[in-house]
Amino acid sequence: MQRLDIEQQIRSFVTDSFLFGQPIDLQSTDSLLAKGVIDSTGVLELVSFLESTYAIKIKDEDIIPENLDSIHDISEFVFRKLGCLV
Amino acid sequence: MQVEQFLERSAARFPDKVALVCGSERFTYAQIDGGCNRLAQSLLEAGVQRGDRVVVFLPNSPEAVLAIFAILKAGAVFVVLNPTTKADKLIYILNNCRASAMISRGGLAGLNGQVWSATPHLHSVFMLDAGATQGAAITAAGKKLFSLDELRQNSAPGAQPAKRCIDIDLAGLIYTSGSTGRPKGVMVTHLNVVSAATSITAYLENTADDVVINFLPLAFDYGLYQLLMMFRVGGTLVLQDSFVFPNLVLESIAREGVTGLPIVPTVSAILLQMDLSRFNFPKLRYISNTAAALPVEHIQKLRALFPHVRLYSMYGLTECKRVSYLPPDQLDLRPTSVGRGMPNEEVYIVDENGHRVAPGVVGELVVRGANVMKGYWELPEETERCLRPGPLPGEKVLYSGDLFRADEEGYLYFVGRRDDIIKTRGEKVSPREVEDVIYMLEGVAEVGVIGIPDPVLGSAIKAIISLRPGSSLTEKDVLRHCASRLEDFMRPKLIAFQQSLPKTESGKISKRLLREEEHAREGTPTPVG
Repeated sequence: MQRLDIEQQIRSFVTDSFLFGQPIDLQSTDSLLAKGVIDSTGVLELVSFLESTYAIKIKDEDIIPENLDSIHDISEFVFRKLGCLV
Repeated sequence: MQVEQFLERSAARFPDKVALVCGSERFTYAQIDGGCNRLAQSLLEAGVQRGDRVVVFLPNSPEAVLAIFAILKAGAVFVVLNPTTKADKLIYILNNCRASAMISRGGLAGLNGQVWSATPHLHSVFMLDAGATQGAAITAAGKKLFSLDELRQNSAPGAQPAKRCIDIDLAGLIYTSGSTGRPKGVMVTHLNVVSAATSITAYLENTADDVVINFLPLAFDYGLYQLLMMFRVGGTLVLQDSFVFPNLVLESIAREGVTGLPIVPTVSAILLQMDLSRFNFPKLRYISNTAAALPVEHIQKLRALFPHVRLYSMYGLTECKRVSYLPPDQLDLRPTSVGRGMPNEEVYIVDENGHRVAPGVVGELVVRGANVMKGYWELPEETERCLRPGPLPGEKVLYSGDLFRADEEGYLYFVGRRDDIIKTRGEKVSPREVEDVIYMLEGVAEVGVIGIPDPVLGSAIKAIISLRPGSSLTEKDVLRHCASRLEDFMRPKLIAFQQSLPKTESGKISKRLLREEEHAREGTPTPVG
């Protein structure tokens, strides 16, 4: 799977699940927390989406802003995880 | 005593001690006190008068801490708002309390251009990272704009402004959900805050050796008091902006040697799903819980997980801050009790005529003490309903609106609410406020909002909607609309559409029948309140 595909899928999930399609300007590198897009239950939903969509296992210690706070960071994180599995 | 003296006295006793940890930044008491003096002087120079309301609209951050104490030092009244508040509500509150100044930062979604033109009483805006466009909009609306950007760089101690207040003056307005759907400002005096903070730090046995972590919003009185109480005893506050990344919180607890962990049930639900085996919290002395009762199962698991930690079950109302706490040694004996009144506070249960009831009888909880609020800001009728004559001539006591019973030894058990306020993620939500927002949508004929049991949220908010003929509104339309108008915790988690909503005999939408229908559908217990 291409990096860009992953980023596109994650963007769709974030806009559908947290913004409900609201037309807000969300750059790939914007902090989801600072923009008020995601909260603590949202992070749990995001994690279960990533685990089921990409068949990866996300450990508690992976749930940190460096991995999950922007669409770009999430895509990179998923890409690394998938790379590790191959 | 006045609330800002918590800081001033600790700064005199422990000038070089760390008062505040925020991410990688650490601030001593002398630095915080100096920063507050300088910001207080700026507020005074901007024309803020004794008793003026000043809004703090910031995420949990060093600036929020400086703002709260600077406002008090200037003799003004703090109004701390949740940083996810949207523009409509922000404007409502700024105008409702006729705030003369606001302290905020750029980039918050609630700060759109409308805010500046719709708030005639607001004359001064103190901003961190205002940005050119926002700055221009503020000055174009005729307001004075001040930058907070240099506040941290400047380390001059600053001169402490002369004291202009006495302890029955207001220290803060704390906005809370009202059953009418509009938020109400709970008026708290310096005496109220000092009394509540003194009682709570007494039973938690807080000392200058305590290090308390707070990730709850400072707009929520439980979060705010963590700051006030640590500064009162000269302890250290570790401030984080949320519990979104639990690992960051847990790492901070271990790294900073945190001794006190205040939680709400949603946090315990998340903690108990995690593998905590890689963490070690030898310094952790207590966990406190309030806002809603912890399920007994959580209590047992938390105790097994943290055997050396004292667990305090507590119960509170913004109107008096805290009502009761269960001494940790009683937890095994009465796990479902929220305990007894705090030191220097009396609580009792009355029937409909205001007479005290016998143990085991359900009635309304009444609170008597110096911690009880002055009233609701400019709402005399609501205040009168809530603050009613007490035992002494002329005295007012707080009627909580909550139904309780007590056991033979006077320990309290929550039974339900008199109104239909929903408690979700530990915060109070007025169904009416959510319904008002949903009614704004073209196509909605009727809507009823109720709370349904949820293992993580406590109660999840559900909106049941009947549509006008021909309307094609979808679940997503409603969720999107709510996300743009309501704070995070107020948004419905679930939306259902049905032909019509059940009514009472007088033709009003019946919440009781809606809850019963829900119960029949889901087989879940009918929630109270």
